[in-house]
Amino acid sequence: MDLSYSQEEIAFREEVQGFLKEKLPKNLSDKVRKGQEPTKQEQEGWHAILNAQGWLAPNWPIEYGGVQWNAVQRHIFEDELAAHYAPRVVPFGLSMLGPVLQKFANQEQKDYWLPRILAGDDWWCQGYSEPGAGSDLASLKTSAVKDSDHYIVNGQKTWTTLGQHANMIFCLVRTDKDVKQQEGISFLLIDMETPGIEVRPIVLLDGGAEVNEVWFTDVKVPVTNLVGEENKGWTYAKYLLTHERTSIAGVGFSQAGLRAVKRIARAELAGGKPLMKNPHFAARVAQVEIDLVAMSMTNLRIISKAAAGQAPGVESSMLKVKGSIIRQEINDLARRAAGAYAMPFASEAIEGANDALPDPHAAGPVAAQYFNNRKLSIFGGSNEIQRSIIAKTKMGGGK
Amino acid sequence: MNFELTQERQMLQDTLRRFLSDRYDTATRNKILESETGLSTTIWTELAELGIIGALFSEEQGGFGGKGFDLAVVFEELGRAGVVEPFLDTGVLAGGLIADLGNEAQNAHIEEIIAGSLHLAFAHGEPSSRYDLTRVQTSAIDSGDTIALSGRKAVVINAEAADMLVVSARESGEAGDVGGISLFVVPTITKGLTVQGYALLAGGRAAEVTLDDVRVPASARLGEPGQASSAIEARVAAASVAQCAETLGAMETACALTMDYLGTRKQFGRPIGTFQALAHRMSDLLIEMEQARSAVILAAGHLEDERADRERHISLAKNLLGRAGRLVAEESIQLHGGIAMTQEYELAHIAKRIVMADHRFGDVDHHLERFIDLTSD
Ligand SMILES: Cc1cc2nc3c(=O)[nH]c(=O)nc-3n(C[C@H](O)[C@H](O)[C@H](O)COP(=O)(O)OP(=O)(O)OC[C@H]3O[C@@H](n4cnc5c(N)ncnc54)[C@H](O)[C@@H]3O)c2cc1C
Ligand SMILES: Cc1cc2nc3c(=O)[nH]c(=O)nc-3n(C[C@H](O)[C@H](O)[C@H](O)COP(=O)(O)OP(=O)(O)OC[C@H]3O[C@@H](n4cnc5c(N)ncnc54)[C@H](O)[C@@H]3O)c2cc1C
Repeated sequence: MDLSYSQEEIAFREEVQGFLKEKLPKNLSDKVRKGQEPTKQEQEGWHAILNAQGWLAPNWPIEYGGVQWNAVQRHIFEDELAAHYAPRVVPFGLSMLGPVLQKFANQEQKDYWLPRILAGDDWWCQGYSEPGAGSDLASLKTSAVKDSDHYIVNGQKTWTTLGQHANMIFCLVRTDKDVKQQEGISFLLIDMETPGIEVRPIVLLDGGAEVNEVWFTDVKVPVTNLVGEENKGWTYAKYLLTHERTSIAGVGFSQAGLRAVKRIARAELAGGKPLMKNPHFAARVAQVEIDLVAMSMTNLRIISKAAAGQAPGVESSMLKVKGSIIRQEINDLARRAAGAYAMPFASEAIEGANDALPDPHAAGPVAAQYFNNRKLSIFGGSNEIQRSIIAKTKMGGGK
Repeated sequence: MNFELTQERQMLQDTLRRFLSDRYDTATRNKILESETGLSTTIWTELAELGIIGALFSEEQGGFGGKGFDLAVVFEELGRAGVVEPFLDTGVLAGGLIADLGNEAQNAHIEEIIAGSLHLAFAHGEPSSRYDLTRVQTSAIDSGDTIALSGRKAVVINAEAADMLVVSARESGEAGDVGGISLFVVPTITKGLTVQGYALLAGGRAAEVTLDDVRVPASARLGEPGQASSAIEARVAAASVAQCAETLGAMETACALTMDYLGTRKQFGRPIGTFQALAHRMSDLLIEMEQARSAVILAAGHLEDERADRERHISLAKNLLGRAGRLVAEESIQLHGGIAMTQEYELAHIAKRIVMADHRFGDVDHHLERFIDLTSD
């Protein structure tokens, strides 16, 4: 075992740094550093820059236009993206749907959809959850009834992240009501422009509207948009979820978050001294930093073990639980560090409409982020569900 | 010991609870939250008529309460209903300081406060003071006929709606000195005073207040020059009791909503409350609620004691409510799943009130250190 970086790895890091210095737009990284949401256009622009460099899909095999970096390279890349405040690449097409298509789609579908994902031609969203089907995802009711060369889809999805921007949604739909729950589900790609689809925003507790309800009324979907076999969608859905979970570990986000905590705590004064010099606060920060450094290594070990392109198994649940706890703890520290300046409503501060909030404090978004990131332990299979998966896998049968 | 409320307080609690459950539902509150002023003058006036503000002042001051337990009763109910109207700021802090230190002329305002016709704010915290009450840098220069105030006050809650501010400023010494701080009653329309407002995440509004050579007469000073520190500390203690009681009330609502949800939301064919992983966590929340209630009772009951006892119990309560509150808010959201994250659902607002309360009058860490200081000998 050798925990120091090799000459090649150091050279790779420098290459990544050079690229980011040159190509990452300054106003975009400023936005990310301040905790502001990039616009749709800015997201698409950054997606295109990465694609032009050939670095958009580190998790894809080369044959599909991926990069095939090893685990250490991916780690270095992620690390540098976070350090330079690059925006998060929207994961639905690249990290979630892409791997499913590569493994389960027919050749025609692969040839059509995969290049479009890289080119950013489609903005994908995920239509899994329904009002009655959250943790118990397999109880979903949205129905797809075959009518010659079409399915007719009826039902409601909810919590659809960034559905307001999307032109495509990958959905789990019920194609057979008369079998065991998990056996009658199919995986369908649906064009959001099809008549009969309505998207309604849901405002979240931090005032943002990143999630939506999506309603389907007699929506016609060509059968060619079915991925894999009819009624086998549950297998694909679960495969996708393990991919979703690894990215939720969010080491890079936590590193950036920790730097933000320290920045605020160096500027904020407590008893006339920087808060960062307060032993009590410093101890809390150190504690979470220790957890983060270890998790970063756990993450590295797990990705190295999983062969390229393969989804990790129960370890992805472990990363999700620990990763979300660490990120939420960092959000909590940022909120506390800001003191009274955590109280103003974020959107005003975020929009820069209020220059009354002075920079060292520039704390506006921290409390909103703290509240928004309560979602990390809820979505993608809640932490309770992950713990059950871990127990069941490791102990057998444990619930 | 006797743990029963007096008959008067019991009546106050019943009246207030009934009024708020009739008049302050989620839809009403959400409308108030979205409004430009962030408060409802109708609710304010109606609650004043019910005697809610009067209950915050003692009989000598013109009210009919003013003790720790009066504050606790009123604010627990306000917290339970998630009320955003700034009773704490007008009634307990700024109004309280006028009542504690004011001369006859100044005390004439109390009647208007109790009637609900005068709004106030306490402009004390500064950008670099954090939770330290003596770290005042705003200066007061007495030139005989007028006093000139200059400085900047941070996150002054209710400043925009206020007719008058109670402003702290230093007449001598430097930031951190206990001596040298005075209080002044300053109408918000005074020349040189600017109020730049913004909404607060958990409801209501605050402002950055800039004082640029603001001239006030000597009669604007509350009490003796440079002697305001101990009155400020005592008033912040009262406000902390009120704040902790409010948080307790909000925690009750969070727990009630969560228990209800655990019994009705079904996943895997059964109510989620039947999953032990959730049931045990709900039990922990209920245990912490009882602890929080005890801490509030202790703080309220020791509010009239001498400083050492009073402050020890205040720091105890602020630390415990901060911890228990965070736990209850976070766990309530988690046990609800996605629905708790939506603005529309009552819990979202309640959880924000609970967590953000930690940012007033000192957070968990601040009061942990203070408790250590106050109990180390
Ligand atoms: C911000 C946000 C974005 C989202 N984005 C998307 C998206 O893009 N696409 C999409 O399809 N979905 C999305 N989701 C939905 C998300 O996946 C669900 O919220 C999640 O699966 C939980 O379901 P639920 O909210 O219905 O909670 P429930 O399943 O009702 O759970 C409520 C509580 O009960 C617990 N619980 C439930 N069953 C058990 C059990 N058997 N054992 C122990 N505890 C249990 C849960 O852990 C939770 O604490 C998003 C959610 C949020 C909040
Ligand atoms: C120091 C000591 C003094 C004692 N004194 C007395 C005494 O004076 N008289 C007397 O009669 N007994 C006494 N006991 C026995 C004591 O009551 C038992 O130890 C106790 O009831 C637990 O039983 P157990 O040790 O067999 O553990 P188990 O019941 O086998 O439990 C093992 C673990 O599983 C958990 N567990 C079990 N069932 C569940 C469930 N349904 N849900 C969730 N978790 C569960 C337990 O909480 C525990 O963590 C004493 C024990 C100790 C250690």
